[in-house]
Amino acid sequence: MSPTVRVKTLTIDGQAVGAREDQTIMQVARENNIFVPALCAIEGLTPVGACRLCIVEVKGVNKLLPACATRIEEGMEVTTNSERVANYRRTILEMLFSEGNHICSVCVSNGHCELQTLAKKLGMTHVRVPYRSTMRRVDASHERFIADPNRCILCTRCVRVCDEIEGAHTWDVMGRGINSRIITDLSQPWGDSDSCTSCGKCVNVCPTGALFEKGKAVSEMSKRQEFLPYLTLMREGKK
Amino acid sequence: MIAEELSKTAAAEREAQAQFEHRINVCVAASCLSSNSDKIKSALETEVKKKGLEKSCQVRGVGCMRLCSRGPLVSTETQGEDETQPASVLYQNVTPEDAPALVESLKGEPVKALECPTDTPFFKSQVTIVLENSGKIDPERIEEYIAVEGYATLLKALTTMTPAEVIAEISRSGLRGRGGAGYSTGLKWTTVAKANGGSRKYVICNADEGDPGAFMDRSVLESDPHRILEGMALAAYAVGASHGYIYVRAEYPLAIKRLRAAIRQAERNGLLGTNISGTTFSFTVELRLGAGAFVCGEETALIASIEGKRGQPRPRPPYPAESGVWGCPTLINNVETFANIVPIIREGGDWFAGIGTAKSKGTKVFALTGQIHNTGLIEVPMGTPLREIVYEIGGGIPGGKAFKAVQTGGPSGGCIPAQHLDSPVDYESLIQLGSFMGSGGMIIMDETSCMVDVATYFMEFCMSESCGKCVPCRVGTAHMYDLLQKITRGEATMADLDLLLEVCDVVKNTSLCGLGMGAPQPIFSTLRYFRDEYLAHIEAKQCPAGVCKIHEGNEEVIA
Ligand SMILES: Cc1cc2nc3c(=O)[nH]c(=O)nc-3n(C[C@H](O)[C@H](O)[C@H](O)COP(=O)(O)O)c2cc1C
Ligand code: FES
Repeated sequence: MSPTVRVKTLTIDGQAVGAREDQTIMQVARENNIFVPALCAIEGLTPVGACRLCIVEVKGVNKLLPACATRIEEGMEVTTNSERVANYRRTILEMLFSEGNHICSVCVSNGHCELQTLAKKLGMTHVRVPYRSTMRRVDASHERFIADPNRCILCTRCVRVCDEIEGAHTWDVMGRGINSRIITDLSQPWGDSDSCTSCGKCVNVCPTGALFEKGKAVSEMSKRQEFLPYLTLMREGKK
Repeated sequence: MIAEELSKTAAAEREAQAQFEHRINVCVAASCLSSNSDKIKSALETEVKKKGLEKSCQVRGVGCMRLCSRGPLVSTETQGEDETQPASVLYQNVTPEDAPALVESLKGEPVKALECPTDTPFFKSQVTIVLENSGKIDPERIEEYIAVEGYATLLKALTTMTPAEVIAEISRSGLRGRGGAGYSTGLKWTTVAKANGGSRKYVICNADEGDPGAFMDRSVLESDPHRILEGMALAAYAVGASHGYIYVRAEYPLAIKRLRAAIRQAERNGLLGTNISGTTFSFTVELRLGAGAFVCGEETALIASIEGKRGQPRPRPPYPAESGVWGCPTLINNVETFANIVPIIREGGDWFAGIGTAKSKGTKVFALTGQIHNTGLIEVPMGTPLREIVYEIGGGIPGGKAFKAVQTGGPSGGCIPAQHLDSPVDYESLIQLGSFMGSGGMIIMDETSCMVDVATYFMEFCMSESCGKCVPCRVGTAHMYDLLQKITRGEATMADLDLLLEVCDVVKNTSLCGLGMGAPQPIFSTLRYFRDEYLAHIEAKQCPAGVCKIHEGNEEVIA
């Protein structure tokens, strides 16, 4: 924190809070134990505002803003959980469930999945939009890990952790729109990747069972993400 | 080049042009070029040589003459003995074989069979500011641009106006961005000028032009490229930038070629580069070619693309004015916005503000296409009623068919039906009608169009052009497309329509960028005015326009 950073005050869900001017709404909300759902944001990586689950209402702004990628401002009045936003969030979750094949009972991440957890927490009980039933090829060419793109929600955490923290930039996104998918190197098999260091950071930040370790059976794949804030802190300290 | 040298060049060019008694102008913009206008030009050159008229008759390529549907267009000008205005004749649907007759006609009567009347509403009702030089000068020669006072405005501003005065003039003009949303240009310039740039600021010209059916920006670039460079230089001077990018799609090879040539010529003449006209102001322009993704027209995606990254939008704020290309304050404007700058500074902001309506000033260029007699490029004052555009300028609907709707605003726009034809074309009125100004595509549809089919077409476009970054746009556009298809196939129920509307609502309100936010708009507007057509598909399993293939008797197959 540089000495010139100023402190501002705002309200989140009616609660008056203080914050540094360089913080996002999400950071401040979490510091104050106010829950804001998120799938693409993760502490320690650059926010991208892609999953749209963290959208919040800000008084005087006519569009909904992603809490993860919006800086706080003096006097802001934020509402994180209006009826309207809660409904939107549920529909967005339904869209995610319809996009891939999220069949929890056969998934390695069952019980440890952020998508599943959020769906339960936000009260998403049905998927009203038609399932798209994808048939994407599973990549098991890496000696330790497997990528199942059918469970991928394109949060791009793997892309960012590989680029920003590991510095390898093995992962990226290919294609457009509904045909987007994550790839390793130039869409080569993961096992053939020259840039991959096999560090496993991507597997651990993946919110679902899309990236997992070989040898894990249903429900066995829990992820460890504690390393991330720690690594970020170390880096900032070095600067 | 300083001001005196510039006026010398202008005078020399005008004198050289006056040497010719006759001039034959051949349109060499993309549309006419695609019907072989280059061959016409060489046939005319050969013919002039054959007749030994090289000294008295000049053949030259010019930019778009606007009535593209009658192309290739050729015009002849003859200097009168005492008149200052040369007599001019416009010819339509010209072929290379017509060259002898055209050259012959210079001495006598016009070629009646090819003559295209110019006293029609198509030409008479238009007001040309953006297109003032289009079809009149050779876009590949800087001298011709200089001869019509080109770059004089820039040099005047650099030597007699402060940057703040330039911005004040733009603010006074009331000019609003022509790239879609209609944001006040003066306000945007002020923000960028005030932004703390440290060492660098940038100016970007958005020439991505991705709306289906739109070709206004391409035409301006092909017909009058120096106007854009001069407008950008004025903008750079006003906001304190020294470097500019023109982001143009690679599918516009002719525009690119002419821009490249224009930049080179301007640099050679010291009108771009360091210490322009001996002042401390320096400005360089680089081209960046896009691969043609629609979303790369969105400003933050465009900036990512310039930086060599995947062309995806990012959340705003911060706006480019604060943090744009390479993290520096960046001014980004549309081609047509920049094309308005020179006339505003030349004639004054008050002059410009005198044209148009209370909140929408100046003119707007539209690419008129679809089921209409006169397709082509038109420029009309803001506030012109739609009816005048369709029936007078456009010449009405061909084949005795009935008008059904006019689509504006591209994939984020809407369809305006006959009962609103008397509405004026301006930013606010179009939004009120559930449409959008957009960049200037205007598609006319007659009774043979099915509005559900039209909505499906635009949704397919949005689905395949979605960048895939945010969930509602990536998945939602696919669902909306599938549901619309279900309706056009006659397989949908009323519950599907409700679901469609719910998905529309989520996509509109939660998407990251304008592509997703605007994607449901064609559905909203067609439902608003043509709900009965949706119901006909759903309940009666019929397509009233007879466009959609509804397989009747699904039940029979099952039974
Ligand atoms: C999906 C999308 C596509 C766009 N495409 C274009 C385009 O092709 N050309 C353009 O000038 N602006 C386009 N825009 C608008 C730009 O983001 C930006 O607002 C504009 O270039 C600003 O210039 P102006 O103020 O002169 O209008 C697009 C916006 C969105 C959301
Ligand atoms: S967490 Fe903010 S958009 Fe995904």
